[in-house]
Amino acid sequence: MDIYDEILSSRLMLGTARYPSPEILRQAIIASGAEIVTVSLRRESAGERAGQKFWDLIRETGVKVLPNTAGCHSVREAVTTAEMALEVFGTKWIKLEVIGDADTLQPDLFGLVEATRILSEDGFQVLAYTTEDLVAADRLVEAGCRVLMPWGSPIGSARGLNNVYGLRAMRARFPELTLVVDAGIGVPSHAAQAMELGYDGVLLSSAVALAGDPVAMARAFKLSVEAGRLAYEAAPLQPRDMAEPSTPVLGRAVFA
Amino acid sequence: MRIILNGEPAEVNAATLAAALEELGYGEGPFATALNRDFVPAGERPETRLTEGDAIEIIAPMQGG
Repeated sequence: MDIYDEILSSRLMLGTARYPSPEILRQAIIASGAEIVTVSLRRESAGERAGQKFWDLIRETGVKVLPNTAGCHSVREAVTTAEMALEVFGTKWIKLEVIGDADTLQPDLFGLVEATRILSEDGFQVLAYTTEDLVAADRLVEAGCRVLMPWGSPIGSARGLNNVYGLRAMRARFPELTLVVDAGIGVPSHAAQAMELGYDGVLLSSAVALAGDPVAMARAFKLSVEAGRLAYEAAPLQPRDMAEPSTPVLGRAVFA
Repeated sequence: MRIILNGEPAEVNAATLAAALEELGYGEGPFATALNRDFVPAGERPETRLTEGDAIEIIAPMQGG
């Protein structure tokens, strides 16, 4: 998987939030095989220093970090958060989220395009959390984005791929672009389906963190992403309406 | 002077952002700062002067999805 000319062997990106404990997070990252994990920024109190402890844990795992702008509802908030993330994490990658709707956490595509343009011109490498809207995708590419991350379904909903047609159309429209399904993945079969559509990767968080056994689920997702990719590369059989005998009929004995 | 620190009222004697961070007990740790909603890079903190009522945001790494 190519993320701004960085070639990664794992096609699974993992969130780091909502795990039962830091140790289970650490084990889940290892079990998932993910080479990129998403991180965020929040207010830090002087005494607590929780950020330092979390950052130490992530660095020990040796994975790359992808900072997000989660919770930002305006272009200004998202741009400022990205600037702060660059200083703290030392990466030009930014998972750009500009949230437009409080119930569905649907991206504000208009704000997203504007923030992408500002950040790309400042040298950021934007991974845009978007929908499957092709017009918005065109605008994002024009604004400098080279990694599009359409939602499967609303964040944390575990509903899988709500619009398979839309995701397939996006893959067909942008054959050269890195496309990652982000959000809404609930179970490994959802991830496999995204990979079978030809997506370059999947990004998921709650599906692993909130599973009864996050470490086992991380491994299940690792396997499903690999299986889905392998299936895509093997050119799957296309569906048809009527049956087609799988056993050759030529030479069949006739008893009637 | 009175400032707003991460959304809460606070009192500092320091005249600059860098001095205020030291006074408030923030060490070398990984964090970034904003003043009145604008990002202030680490290198500019010593020259960034504070005035009454300024809103300082100090943010650090945390778990994300």
